[in-house]
Amino acid sequence: MTMARATTSRRSFLGHSYSLVGVVAALVILAWTLVAILAPYIIPHSIGDIVDDDYFGPMRQGLWLGSDYLGRDMLSRVLMGARYTVGISLAAVFIACFSGVVLGMIAAVTGGWLDTCLSRFLDAMNSIPSKLFGLVVVAAVGSSIPVLILTLAVIYIPGAYRFARALAVNINTMDFMTVARVRGENTIYLIGSEILPNIIRPVLADFGLRFVFIVLLLSGLSFLGLGLQPPLADWGALVRENIGGLPFAAPAVVVPSLAIASLTISVNLLIDNLPQKIRDRDA
Amino acid sequence: MTNLVEVRDLRIEATTDAGRIVEIIKGVSLDIPDGEIVALIGESGSGKTTVALSLMGYARPGCRITGGEINVNGKNMAAISEKERARSRGTDIAYVPQSAAASFNPSSTIMEQVIEVTRIHNLMPPEQARQRAVELFKALSLPDPEGIGARYPHQVSGGQLQRLAAAMALIGDPKLVIFDEPTTALDVTTQIDVLKAFKSVMRAGGIAGVYVSHDLAVVAQIADRIVVLKGGEVQETGTTAAILSAATHAYTRELLAAFEPKPRQTQANADVGAKALLRIDNLTAGYGPVRTNGQPVVRAVDSVSLLVERGRNLGVIGESGCGKSTLARAIAGIHPAATGDIVFDGKALERAAKNRSRDQLREMQIVFQYADTALNPAKSVEDIISRPLAFYHGLDREARSKRVDELLDMVRLPRTLRYRRPSELSGGQKQRVNFARALAADPKLIICDEITSALDTVVASTVIELLKELQRELELSYIFISHDLSVVEAICDQIMVMYNGERVEQITPDKVKAPTHPYSKLLFSSVPKLDPTWLDGLVRDPELVNQYGHR
Repeated sequence: MTMARATTSRRSFLGHSYSLVGVVAALVILAWTLVAILAPYIIPHSIGDIVDDDYFGPMRQGLWLGSDYLGRDMLSRVLMGARYTVGISLAAVFIACFSGVVLGMIAAVTGGWLDTCLSRFLDAMNSIPSKLFGLVVVAAVGSSIPVLILTLAVIYIPGAYRFARALAVNINTMDFMTVARVRGENTIYLIGSEILPNIIRPVLADFGLRFVFIVLLLSGLSFLGLGLQPPLADWGALVRENIGGLPFAAPAVVVPSLAIASLTISVNLLIDNLPQKIRDRDA
Repeated sequence: MTNLVEVRDLRIEATTDAGRIVEIIKGVSLDIPDGEIVALIGESGSGKTTVALSLMGYARPGCRITGGEINVNGKNMAAISEKERARSRGTDIAYVPQSAAASFNPSSTIMEQVIEVTRIHNLMPPEQARQRAVELFKALSLPDPEGIGARYPHQVSGGQLQRLAAAMALIGDPKLVIFDEPTTALDVTTQIDVLKAFKSVMRAGGIAGVYVSHDLAVVAQIADRIVVLKGGEVQETGTTAAILSAATHAYTRELLAAFEPKPRQTQANADVGAKALLRIDNLTAGYGPVRTNGQPVVRAVDSVSLLVERGRNLGVIGESGCGKSTLARAIAGIHPAATGDIVFDGKALERAAKNRSRDQLREMQIVFQYADTALNPAKSVEDIISRPLAFYHGLDREARSKRVDELLDMVRLPRTLRYRRPSELSGGQKQRVNFARALAADPKLIICDEITSALDTVVASTVIELLKELQRELELSYIFISHDLSVVEAICDQIMVMYNGERVEQITPDKVKAPTHPYSKLLFSSVPKLDPTWLDGLVRDPELVNQYGHR
């Protein structure tokens, strides 16, 4: 993670200060989200239609991003691919981070055997190679979108749990936690109101990292043919199926790679440059 | 160039997160001749540490030296390059930090760290540096000077570590040593040893010093001259004797007044009282596995009994590690006692807080020493104070908001502070918020665990005054835990002296001049006095020191 904060210029608006980098990153993410939602209405061709006589066609009018290895419209496929990449990855990262962080905080606050059991179980989960786990699950129950989301989430829960637990354990030793405990507060209050606000920034940074990992793993699974099944394709699958275009510098292989890069880099830049509330009231 | 240090019209600016520039040092000038120790004294935020650090040409992150000259040993530290500054740090100027424990690297031996300066500056071969270090250890009267260097930082006590930090500063033969509150974190009995060691080494070497502190009594022992700072400006400068006897500036007088013994109000309700609020019988608490007889392996509190009467205060005094905080935590149920009975307001209490009823928890509140960690940094003052209101009293939003205003008034904080977060408050303000949260529960007993220890003398005395006033208004009782005798004396009706987990003596404040137990004698005689000759004239029974001092 880069610490770009000190060098980028910040401007203020509504009591928060923003950095230009963060705003640009947010716009890129917003644009891809809009594309993901609106994809079926804006694609010029159906993703399965073969519209070009040649394969790996160049960029030209009508086929703005050229054609793929079967002569299908690349623009439509990338736009539809955004749906799967953004949708599946976001759903998976939400599930993974939410469960991981909540479990991690509960383990830190409760301690004792619950902490031990959870930690050992999730450590065991962590030791299974992610691609192998995906392979087994897909082999067992077949590949579908819900299965993919759950598989990706399960793979990344242990990491999120470890991360949140490590942070929460530090907060848990603070005196204000003791004060809250002797006040008689329950676990839900302790984790939601006392711990979470203090670890939310690193947790969000972790969220961003994990999102990138999931996008890459999903692309990896698709590359191996375990992800989405044709003619549906996420960006990773698009790179794989068009890899043969690499010697011809075909846009069909360059564009989805750029799409993956733009999304993952933007998410991280945004999280590094979240708006900061200005605490200096006299200004 | 007549003086070793000549600072002229020093200005330092800081930039806030909104880009606003604040001038934190506003034209400070001071001179230090060779071999003189000058104390910088003032409340927190007065700029005393900032001035001291600037002598090394250093400004903390976000701060900038914007004007003036800092001539140290003929070099203007503000103007020379960072490389030249680095060359003079450790050889011309050295620094002893406030917390030696946090400044030593836990993973290498003390000797390696003490002689590191000589290695960086190529001053002498390592063998010679080690010999020099051992000489310094001797001069600083450290035990086992030959062998202590081979230990790791966690294997020596806090007072020893502080002296080792001084050895580290002195090994490069500096002309000026900056002490940044070096004894603030130490017990009074340890503080004396450290002060004596500092004083003799500095005097023997003819080294000039800057001693940053907020404790006038400590400064009186070690400094030749005192510079009083407030709000980034010099308020008053003078010799130690002159400042102590004939201070002209109002702020200096205020500082001195905080040391005056406060007249104790005699309890008017003496006839009403005498009803027990809290009774503890043979309470034992500790750490480690529990043995078959129900006692823990390490007993931090050993068969302590005490009694707190309604509307009266009990002081618990002792050095760090004597078990006084464990006692507080055992009473509050945070660290359940192994054996013993706690009777509160006529009813026996469960030992663990989680088994006590909500009302029992409400009636006994505990206030911790460090408001920094006792207040959630992510929440506003309003959220912090209103949580007990919602939790214990079920008040709705509007009633809570009204009550928060009342509580802020009670602890003498402006109402506008409610939107701030703890990090935006001063130390004294934080401690008041900490206290307001305890008051919000409407308790009968408040356990105050060293609540003034992290505060300046002036601020601490106003907090004590506040506690007294609130007691009169709200009929509270306090258990007041502290290592500072003057604080306990000012507020308590009974004082219990603890040593090594046991209660050694219980006395009333008017009898502190004549304690009977030897440990109490040692403890009470170790409290620094404003008299500059006090330290030199202090004679302590060596047997007592051997028996009870942690050297």
